[in-house]
Amino acid sequence: MPELIVTKDIDVPGIDSLEVYRQYGGYEALTNALRTYQPDNLVDLVKASGLRGRGGAGFPAGMKWSFLAKNDKPRYLCCNADESEPGTCKDRMLMEKIPHRLVEGVILTSYACRVSVAFIYVRGELALAGRQVEKAVAEAYEAGYIGQNILGSEFSLEVIVHRGAGAYICGEESALMESLEGHRGYPRLKPPFPAAIGLYGGPTVINNCETLCALPAIVSRGAEWYAGFGTEKSKGTRIFSLSGHVKQPGNYELPLNTPLSTLIYDEHYGGGILGDKKLKAIIPGGSSSPILSADKIDITVDYESIAAAGSMAGSGAVIILHEDTCIVGAILRMTEFYRDESCGKCTPCREGTYWLTEILERLEHGHGQQKDIELLRDICDNISGKSFCPLGDAATSSIVSGIRLFREEFEYHVTHGHCMVGPGSAVAAAVAD
Amino acid sequence: MISEQAKQRMRTLAARYPVARSAVMPSLHIAQQEEGYITDEGLHAVAEALNLTIDDVESVATFYTMYYQKPQGKRVIKVCNSISCYLRDCDPLIKHLEQRLGIKCGETTADGNYTLMTVECLASCSTAPALQVNDEFVENVSIAKADALLEELEQELQHEGYQQCQN
Repeated sequence: MPELIVTKDIDVPGIDSLEVYRQYGGYEALTNALRTYQPDNLVDLVKASGLRGRGGAGFPAGMKWSFLAKNDKPRYLCCNADESEPGTCKDRMLMEKIPHRLVEGVILTSYACRVSVAFIYVRGELALAGRQVEKAVAEAYEAGYIGQNILGSEFSLEVIVHRGAGAYICGEESALMESLEGHRGYPRLKPPFPAAIGLYGGPTVINNCETLCALPAIVSRGAEWYAGFGTEKSKGTRIFSLSGHVKQPGNYELPLNTPLSTLIYDEHYGGGILGDKKLKAIIPGGSSSPILSADKIDITVDYESIAAAGSMAGSGAVIILHEDTCIVGAILRMTEFYRDESCGKCTPCREGTYWLTEILERLEHGHGQQKDIELLRDICDNISGKSFCPLGDAATSSIVSGIRLFREEFEYHVTHGHCMVGPGSAVAAAVAD
Repeated sequence: MISEQAKQRMRTLAARYPVARSAVMPSLHIAQQEEGYITDEGLHAVAEALNLTIDDVESVATFYTMYYQKPQGKRVIKVCNSISCYLRDCDPLIKHLEQRLGIKCGETTADGNYTLMTVECLASCSTAPALQVNDEFVENVSIAKADALLEELEQELQHEGYQQCQN
């Protein structure tokens, strides 16, 4: 089994408490960093480690930190723990089971970026995760890891846990800042980027929960050690949330040079396809990532290989579809999500996701026409790249890739009025007769 | 009724953030805890604590789906119907719950005990299908597990009702 970093010791009983977390080496990285590192050296360390954002975009974390505007405005850190990309359930696990690792990551990042107020934005629906993080923050205050002159140093920090209230769009960084400032979660125009003008107008760094959880280990064991995992450009490990038609769905941490087939078929991970059926398709990075055909099984899970195969690594949520899945039905379900979660700010996304859903629905239920397939592609073309934020683009990913890979299934719905596979298909109808 | 204690919590929150307005979401959470949903009085209390207009607070309260605009049942059952749960048969589960409770999604039972709704991905994808009862997770929900859950909830509610009579 490969070495675990962010999920190390996660199943130790009581590791969610400060006491047990410390017994397992917790807060040693922070103590060490405050004594031996200047903030800029920490930024260099994280740059050298090659750590990239584990939220969706995969931007190098250290580089992001170094972009912070140098002015006299207060700087802020926002931890994006608004986990809501369909298929993704890793940050929730980290917060519920080992919240102090996140808190230590938040303090380390704040020190490196000279931040004096940090926010942890926890998705509203994740009640237990929110309570666990609040408890960990309270314990860290009590122990002197947060507050004035942390561990006798010059460094002071306030940490505020902020609970969301149900809005996928707030996982988009500028909408998250709007939400934190007490507004409706509408995305902001970029530029200016948060590193220049962010929360309350100050330079702001926004990192995903899992990204921050990797920091204590990187600080303790060094950049070179971390960079020893993964590939040349995708270093380290990440958590893959494996779901859908696999025998053992779960959160699995793997080095980024692991083949997708290992994650899906190895008995330590996915254990193969449910019911030993044939693999039909893979959605490799949450529902916003384009669908991959089953023949892409041998690629590795790093950012570059998934991009080269025609999709994106996204949030690390790998969703498996087996042969009995109606692709039109699955895409309809994913599109309904974007229709419901579109914030309504810009027309292409608000209206487009509505019409995409309507058309997919009539195709799925056998009322579609041949020209609807082209109409879907046309609407996608009018949303993608023409929306205010990436939500619009995301809504088109599964449709464009789905039509490209499984066009005959869309056409079958038009000509036969029902699915080619799965419930309601010709096979199922024959059995029922 | 929004208690004086709740109003004080809102004011304390307002002082904790760099800008008072940032406390609008946590204050709305407090208002909802007090009354079960966002009432006019709740909006008023938040507006007063943060020095905002009521319309301004309402514009926030109506954006986020967790702020309820009408009374909910004593047990709010939220069933995830996004892709990972869909692939693990959440649709038959939802249909089953609708039949058992005698309501459609989005509705509350006549006795005010249960509200049933579908929600977007709950971050429980590798333990699908999943649901929440008053925001606490129930995972890997088979039809049998759902039946056992409903029985458990029924007993809880009966017990609560009995305790209320005693008081």
